[in-house]
Amino acid sequence: MLSITELAQPETIEEAYRILTARPSNVVLGGGAFLRLGSRKVGTAIDLSRLNLAEIEEQDEYIKIGAMATFRTLETSPVLNSCFSGILPKAVGNVVGVQFRNIVTAGATIFTKYGFSDFITALLVLDTKVELHAGGLIPLGVFLDSPRQKDILLRLWIKKEPRQAAYQSLRNSAGDLPILNVAASRLGTEWVIVAGARPLRAKVAVQAAAQLSSADVSLETIRCAADVAAAELSFGTNARGSAQYRQAMCRVLVKRAVTEVLQCKSM
Amino acid sequence: MKIVGKGFPKTDGMMIATGKPVYTDDLAMARALVVKILRSPHAFARITAIDTSRATELDGVECVLTYKDVPKVRFTLAGQTYPEPSPYDRLILEEIVRYVGDEVAIVAAVDEQTAARALRLIKVEYEVWDAVLDFETAKEHPSTVHPEDDLHCNYDIGMQRERNVVSSQKVEAGDVEGELKQCPVVIEETFYTQAQAHAMMETYRAFNYLDHTGRLVVVSSTQIPFHVRRQLARALQIPASRIRVIKPRIGGGFGGKQTGAVEVFSALVTLKTGKPAKIVYDRCETFSCTTSRHAMRLKVRLGADLSGYIRVIDIQGLSDTGAYGEHASTVFSVVGAKTLPLYNKTKAVRFMGDVVYTNKMPAGALRGYGATQGTFALESAVNKLAEKLDIDPAQLRLQNLIREGESCLIHADSSLKSSSLARCIAKGQELIGWNAKYPRTEMADNKVRAVGMAVTMQGSGIAGIDTASAEIRLNDDGNYTLLVGSTDMGTGSDTILAQMAAEVLATSLDSIIVHAADTDVSPYDPGSYASSTTYVTGMAVVMAAQDLKRQIIESGAQQLAVEPDKVVFDGAAVRTLAGDKAVSLQKLAERSVVGAGQRQLVGNATYGSSESPPPFVAGFAEVEVDKETGKVELLEYVAVVDCGTVINPNLARIQVEGGIVQGIGLALYEEVRYDDKGRLQTDSFLQYKIPCRKDIGNITVAFEESFEPTGPFGAKSIGEVVINTPAPAIAHAVYNAVGLRATSLPITPEKVFQAAGSRTGGPRP
Amino acid sequence: MQINVMINNKQVSLQVEPGEFLAETLRKHGLLSVRRGCDTSNCGLCTVWIEGKPTLSCAVLAFRVDGKKITTIEGVAKEAGEFAEFLVAEGAEQCGFCSPGFIMTVLAMKRELPNPTEAEIVHYLIGNLCRCSGYLGQLRAVKKFLGVGLI
Repeated sequence: MLSITELAQPETIEEAYRILTARPSNVVLGGGAFLRLGSRKVGTAIDLSRLNLAEIEEQDEYIKIGAMATFRTLETSPVLNSCFSGILPKAVGNVVGVQFRNIVTAGATIFTKYGFSDFITALLVLDTKVELHAGGLIPLGVFLDSPRQKDILLRLWIKKEPRQAAYQSLRNSAGDLPILNVAASRLGTEWVIVAGARPLRAKVAVQAAAQLSSADVSLETIRCAADVAAAELSFGTNARGSAQYRQAMCRVLVKRAVTEVLQCKSM
Repeated sequence: MKIVGKGFPKTDGMMIATGKPVYTDDLAMARALVVKILRSPHAFARITAIDTSRATELDGVECVLTYKDVPKVRFTLAGQTYPEPSPYDRLILEEIVRYVGDEVAIVAAVDEQTAARALRLIKVEYEVWDAVLDFETAKEHPSTVHPEDDLHCNYDIGMQRERNVVSSQKVEAGDVEGELKQCPVVIEETFYTQAQAHAMMETYRAFNYLDHTGRLVVVSSTQIPFHVRRQLARALQIPASRIRVIKPRIGGGFGGKQTGAVEVFSALVTLKTGKPAKIVYDRCETFSCTTSRHAMRLKVRLGADLSGYIRVIDIQGLSDTGAYGEHASTVFSVVGAKTLPLYNKTKAVRFMGDVVYTNKMPAGALRGYGATQGTFALESAVNKLAEKLDIDPAQLRLQNLIREGESCLIHADSSLKSSSLARCIAKGQELIGWNAKYPRTEMADNKVRAVGMAVTMQGSGIAGIDTASAEIRLNDDGNYTLLVGSTDMGTGSDTILAQMAAEVLATSLDSIIVHAADTDVSPYDPGSYASSTTYVTGMAVVMAAQDLKRQIIESGAQQLAVEPDKVVFDGAAVRTLAGDKAVSLQKLAERSVVGAGQRQLVGNATYGSSESPPPFVAGFAEVEVDKETGKVELLEYVAVVDCGTVINPNLARIQVEGGIVQGIGLALYEEVRYDDKGRLQTDSFLQYKIPCRKDIGNITVAFEESFEPTGPFGAKSIGEVVINTPAPAIAHAVYNAVGLRATSLPITPEKVFQAAGSRTGGPRP
Repeated sequence: MQINVMINNKQVSLQVEPGEFLAETLRKHGLLSVRRGCDTSNCGLCTVWIEGKPTLSCAVLAFRVDGKKITTIEGVAKEAGEFAEFLVAEGAEQCGFCSPGFIMTVLAMKRELPNPTEAEIVHYLIGNLCRCSGYLGQLRAVKKFLGVGLI
């Protein structure tokens, strides 16, 4: 059961941060989709709805996604559908259902660093930074690797560039969490390859991307890069799949994602 | 026929579709105490100390009950006709807890938050025992799940308590081993079917109160009001006459609500406090503290001759009934009862094995009830045999299946009165395009398509046991009230029973008011399970309506001053054959309640059949397998059904589609899983995946009607048979695609991948 | 605390606890069509509209809808009834427990997607689980409701 002592809907980010850091049991509310899971005792629950963080903004150099933007907003955004081969709408569009995606927020998904997140996997193949109130603007990868601390995630900054991207996932039931997800992107000759839901959260396959970036792309080099990705990343076993299966699937999904990128029209 | 055979909408359809408050929780009074349960964290333990003082002192807590506060008479919660073939192995609360989630204390408080707080204040100490978690080693395990010596069985079901065996069974005809030796072709395979969850949308709930005469009134989301009344009488040690059980609209059951999972807890609270009380299980409790399908291991041996006749069927099974044995022996017996008769060119057949207790959530009734598990094993074996014999699988079945008028080894004295299964198979082949697609087609992108098939039978009610009564009354304004005890859980049984009555009485459907499932009012009915409502209750309804029709004719004849054989009743009036006189039903009804010769007309009947005529389904699946990932996509499913006469084609079609989808879940997606401490891991829809809209492909349903002479208007049943074919048909298709012989369910992508990677097999095209 | 909401076109003031979810608030307010089917935001039974958008009321804390417009099936009864006729004609509402949430999603889809293909319909409705009907009867009803002539 969830128990909340107090609620706050601050009008400024400074106020929100002040409340957040006042007590260990004070938390920022995301969408609320998983609030019922387990029992939690929350002191003050902070709702950021009044801080105008729900929008997606296209600027000259960046696309900025507010932390309170819902997955549904991302899915239907004309801006996101026309950039990066539409990878972000594709990544979030298969998550549970429309009414679920009207609740789940970009910020909460990233802040909680869920292993199964399709969104994080896709963001990692783009030039993504997170804007934290206290921590400032840092690359998404750095944020994911840093220890959890109290802060408020305000926005995502994605660099606008003609990057082609593709997203692949393997699920048993279509409504299930992924067994594995993979994203790939290319800017010029530079590739980025990421695998997530390993079941641990998304990680960049650095060597695989480097290999692919340094050679002419062919069926052989794609296969080779897929093998490298499967070898350099670590995989685990859980109810949805064994480590060996995930590793084998990494090979397959990387190959498919890279092939899909190659089929994208140039931007 | 004017009403039977037509797709009338359900009489409650509009109200429930638009969300009207007609379910249990909607009807509970606002002031009812909220009942919550403290549950064991251990799979097997004894409570050595329990301190409820702080909980009891909490403001708003009305009572806290432990094993010290309950009657000491063991009972069963099985929804079965008395005397139940179920061990009386339960107490409401007990010192011994037998699975993670087993009840330890009952708390009743003014609201949910207070009850939840009170639970946390109860201090319990346990002596943890070594739990029996693996059903395959349960018999040798040093722990005894039920060490108590006051466990009672109504009759011998083959229990050996010290070996954790609940029931031991054998059904045999002919000499299995001897005949097998004579068979030139023998195949053997062992199959594992998983525990499955009902996952009905409305979780378990009940509320109760003491009425104006001090009787306990229980309103419950149940399939078995009469059985619940009996269970409560014994568990609470009060006379059944002091209990009334009512079932309102309920949100699905599928057999889960054929076990009295919740009623006894809130009923006890009302008895102790005198106050109304309500219990609502959340989704986690529904997954982990009620019942699931029995997981089974089934070893099948088939012996055949070279021309394709199956001469021996031998099924040896082990079934896991978990901590309590409600449906242990009956589910197990259905494994053999609904498989062995299918192929009757046999010389010897046998079904045998044991059901064991383990320290896990109890297994219970779930649609199919053993026939599902048995069908997966038998049909998978038959498909394997077809390959070995190099005979088309449909052809092999047509050659061996039992036909109308024939008998089988285990029912040598009776014959099959209705079957169109051969036509179902032919129709199904046509609808799926069997000849063009069998066995497989390689596609681009490392994909392969293939088809598979399976057939199945079930029963219609439990022969010689399921008995239902019905009453139908002519009301003073010329319409009718039909009283039945069956339990429409969304299937529309109330509607089709009304259709049957309307047909007999030659009236419109909306002249029939159906009142169901109130033990104070309804004639006795076991409840809706074992696919009994259409066939057993339906026949009782038909007979009761015919009885009333006779009385209407007699009464009308009397009023017209002629002999009964000189008149006819056309639904609107009783008329003389000569055509010169008539009395309208309206008038007749008015006069029946007031004035000279008044006698309110009520027809009634009781029906129980000595047979359980099987419905049949031929199921065909087309899959596309991604060889690189092992992912199986179901493209098409065809089900051709013989349920006798189809009473309502729309409702029958939905039964098939719904059952097929649950079968697809069993085949590909669903699995109840425990960790190594016996904790259930699949306790939410996040972890337990029932099929969603994208998982099911295109399903085509067709009916091949037969006519069952013992059934109402020739009808049999449809409720359960529809869940049995998808698992073996899909398994067959997967085999044809990539050569994996799936001997365990569900067939996950990983299982297919492991096999596809290591074989190049599959039958020759 | 107190919240002011417009529920089904009526302005109301409600007393809610900090940890109270909207589904509970709506049921307490007498809107019994709103049901809880799970605790993991998977089943869709509790679907209502917040500012016209289909949302899981079991996952929204009541205080967050202060000042907002909520619609349940009781608030779109006429249109819901029109669609329900199609469902009932198919026999596709079985136990009915998933129906109100399902209908709210269908009506939201009708407003949001102009001419949906079958694939788009299935995708939009995927968050509404049903255990009884096998989904296809519901799809037949939706297609008939939206009009013949889908691609």
